[in-house]
Amino acid sequence: MIPFNILVAVCVVYVAGLFLVAFVAERRAANGRSSWLRSPLVYTLSLSVYCTAWTFYGAVGYAARSGLEFLTIYLGPTLVLVGWWWALRKLVRIGKTQRITSVADLISSRYGKSNTLGVIVTLLAVVGTTPYIALQLQSVTLSFSVFAESDTLGWAPMDLNATSLWVAAGLALFTVLFGTRNLDANEQHHGVVTAIAVEAVVKLVALLAVGIFVVWGVAGGVEGMMDRIASSPLAQTRFAGGRWAGLTFLSAAAVLTLPRMFQVLVVENADERHLATASWAFPLYLFLMSLFVVPIAVVGLASQPAGANPDLFVLTVPLSLGQEGLATLAFLGGFSSATSMVIVAAIALSTMVSNHIVMPLWLSWQSAGATVSGDVRRVVLGARRVSIGGVLVLGYLYYRLTGGSEALAAIGLISFAGVAQVLPALLGGIFWRGATKRGAVAGLVTGFAIWAYALFLPSFGAGGVMSAALLADGPWGIDWLRPQGLFGFAGMDPLIHAMFWSLLLNTFFFFAVSLSGFPSPLERLQGAQFVNVFEHSSGAHGWVHGAAEAEDLLMMSQRILGPEKAQGLFQREAVAQGKVGYLPDTTPAFLERLERELAGSVGAATSHAMVGQIVGRSSVSVEDLMAVADETAQMMEYSSQLEAKSEELSRTARQLREANEKLTELSVQKDAFLSQISHELRTPMTSIRAFSEILMDGRTLSEAEFSRYSSIIHEEAIRLTRLLDDLLDLSVLENGQVSLNRQPGNLRDLIDRAVAATGSLDGAGRLKINRARAAEDLALLTDTDRLSQVFINIIANAQKYCNAAEPELRIRARRTGQGIVVDFIDNGSGIPKKSQSIIFEKFSRLSDRNAAGGAGLGLAICKEIMQNLGGDIAYLPGQGGAAFRVRLPMTEAQAA
Amino acid sequence: MGRDVLLIEDEPNIIEAIRFVLSRDGWNVQTHSDGRGAYDRVVDLRPDVVILDVMLPERSGFDILRDIRAGKETAALPVLVLTAKGQSKDREMAESLGASRFMTKPFSNNEVLATVRDLAGP
Repeated sequence: MIPFNILVAVCVVYVAGLFLVAFVAERRAANGRSSWLRSPLVYTLSLSVYCTAWTFYGAVGYAARSGLEFLTIYLGPTLVLVGWWWALRKLVRIGKTQRITSVADLISSRYGKSNTLGVIVTLLAVVGTTPYIALQLQSVTLSFSVFAESDTLGWAPMDLNATSLWVAAGLALFTVLFGTRNLDANEQHHGVVTAIAVEAVVKLVALLAVGIFVVWGVAGGVEGMMDRIASSPLAQTRFAGGRWAGLTFLSAAAVLTLPRMFQVLVVENADERHLATASWAFPLYLFLMSLFVVPIAVVGLASQPAGANPDLFVLTVPLSLGQEGLATLAFLGGFSSATSMVIVAAIALSTMVSNHIVMPLWLSWQSAGATVSGDVRRVVLGARRVSIGGVLVLGYLYYRLTGGSEALAAIGLISFAGVAQVLPALLGGIFWRGATKRGAVAGLVTGFAIWAYALFLPSFGAGGVMSAALLADGPWGIDWLRPQGLFGFAGMDPLIHAMFWSLLLNTFFFFAVSLSGFPSPLERLQGAQFVNVFEHSSGAHGWVHGAAEAEDLLMMSQRILGPEKAQGLFQREAVAQGKVGYLPDTTPAFLERLERELAGSVGAATSHAMVGQIVGRSSVSVEDLMAVADETAQMMEYSSQLEAKSEELSRTARQLREANEKLTELSVQKDAFLSQISHELRTPMTSIRAFSEILMDGRTLSEAEFSRYSSIIHEEAIRLTRLLDDLLDLSVLENGQVSLNRQPGNLRDLIDRAVAATGSLDGAGRLKINRARAAEDLALLTDTDRLSQVFINIIANAQKYCNAAEPELRIRARRTGQGIVVDFIDNGSGIPKKSQSIIFEKFSRLSDRNAAGGAGLGLAICKEIMQNLGGDIAYLPGQGGAAFRVRLPMTEAQAA
Repeated sequence: MGRDVLLIEDEPNIIEAIRFVLSRDGWNVQTHSDGRGAYDRVVDLRPDVVILDVMLPERSGFDILRDIRAGKETAALPVLVLTAKGQSKDREMAESLGASRFMTKPFSNNEVLATVRDLAGP
């Protein structure tokens, strides 16, 4: 027999050896010589962390109790790896691109980086893994006890509880030493993975050795073994289809959701292509692990005393047959199974606990400055170590509370069912973009609650956590709420019952709540990145830091900053890094500087998104995109404002140009006008001065001469006055400063007055006035003085210019729809066509001035008056003689 | 003496005043009151002095002056330009076209008389 202390020594040496392996592996990885460590073989072997003490010891016990049902535990993972290889690849790709550290991180990240979900999944994982850890403690303790019982040196009967406590403490220490030696940036543990791979080999070799011994050493070969199997009670076990399907499903789910599986499968994955090897190699490993389970069980049942724990057949069979070396190897295999599981699970859980629970709490307690100091790493490591200890304490407590009574396999399945609650949120998250955070929370909480109520809490046994009465009759005697008979489904296998209800309602609420609401923008974007991970990421290899990336950054920066500035920036940075040329290493500090530099040109969000796109380290978050959109919108608004402004500007410029042209034109007109006025004023003044000098110079003049020259001076003085009057009048009218004096009147009276003023009363003057007085009887409400001024002007013009032998002016008035029209038509030769357009201009005297006797302002004044009255005056062509039409609007024509 | 002055002017009162002043001094005053035909009149009459108004119907005094200076026989003819447009640019225009003298209306009778005498020479 092997003395107990020697067994302990073997364990210590074994652990020391593992530690050495891990240490060397870390060293090699740190020196960049990790190629063989990161081979698909090591990856595949590390997956064997799935095969725990449960599989090593428990499978035999399971087979002894339930026949071939234990195979379902291998079937699930095999189906996933072979049939769902692409889904695993997707998971691995997401893990790499999103820098996922744990299954809790994955769920949290997928659903909009929700820490609530991270906490829920972490709690679920801790609670779900606790029985599993207890299971490992139990198996190691039991395996010790096997040797202790057979010890002859007075160690037995040893205290099992004390042993389990020592085992737990030892494992905690072991894990802390392995898992938290340092804080790797990408949460990968090269040393641990290598040690796990070594342990995987030990497990397999040990089990195969026992199996080979049993088949060829005990049963005498394959044929003898087959005979023994056929005659054993195992052959009679019932095949329960529903339980098979359920367990296969459960173990398949476990591969995806167990924290330790996620750790080795996704987090520790070095290369996506390793999955291709693992997809056939891992099922092969599982096949070899399961190959001798039935023979060992059969031989164990036959050779061991009735009531012996079948879970320990792997140990007890070789031990009872005197194969102490083989038994020791088997013990080491079991020890390896337990330790590898505990180490990886504790690492995975501690990552979750520290990242999702401890760190957020710590950060909220700390002042903001702590995050930039070096404290954080120490805090994280401390949190991990404490978490590892806490996880093992929980496992130990569970083991003590359940009394270590349950069979290993049963505990394992409880654990499986617990962590399987993550499955709907996980699969929904990577395949369905419509999955929402609220849906995930609803599903997880529901599933977790049912699992705890129907499976986990009852596992402590009647009177443990739940009272016997509650288990038997339901809470408050409500039968359909019985933990193991929910909704009246009595008589079902408790595991299948709990799994069925928890996952069904979990899935139902996950979908129902997801469909009832809309994902937030961040969830939507993360969802898209997860579901379409293969479209978003180029490969699963680590981000390439190097010249190519720096060059891309330089090209982009040149576009934004201009070649000179960008090249200068890059060169300065390269020199600062001690490099030659223009391409510095893309250190975080440099990227930050570059981002700031670019932000000056394109805005912070755009800059961040652009650098992120090239460097690819950080995915472009929805906030980034929103910010980009905001900036773009602002720019668009700004540019449209600019556009509007430039339009306004060109409009203003056009107006200015027009105004300028008008001013120039006005200036020219003004010059011409002044010149005209000067001429018009100087001409009569010339006559006045010349004749007054003649009168003054003292020479004798005849009476006739004297009289004539005096009258010329008088006439010219009057002409001068009239001209000035007209000019002032015109000026007032043109400026619109004229105040109209509207009063009632009659058109006939006005024309009468005008005819009288011009001295053309019937028969009195040379010009004969031809009127239709009856039609002229039209009421007016207008400035009658101004209107008669117009009439006087027209009649006076006819007097002056009508060149007919018997001049006659026809005046015809009538009322129209628009007001009143008065036509003045003489029988002269009229105004030449080319002059018709200018007669209303100032100083547009057409013929000899003397005949007109005016300065040529009359019609211009008429035109201004009519415009002020709201009507107009126009030359009416084609009437034979000169013809003017005066129109008054309706407002000036008083209603009859 | 009987020397000839051609007065090209459209304002009857001014024509009358100048005619009175010059006739009294012994000048033989001919008049033309239209831009049209004024130059022909100058060529026909070959006066000793031409008094030329600028603002004339149909043709401006400047155009007539240009013709006079362009004509071989009339190029050296003394021309007194009279204008009621008292702006300096009119004076410049007249001088550049070869006016012998330039006077602005209203003018002094004595000044016109003295100028005509001066232009006609001894």
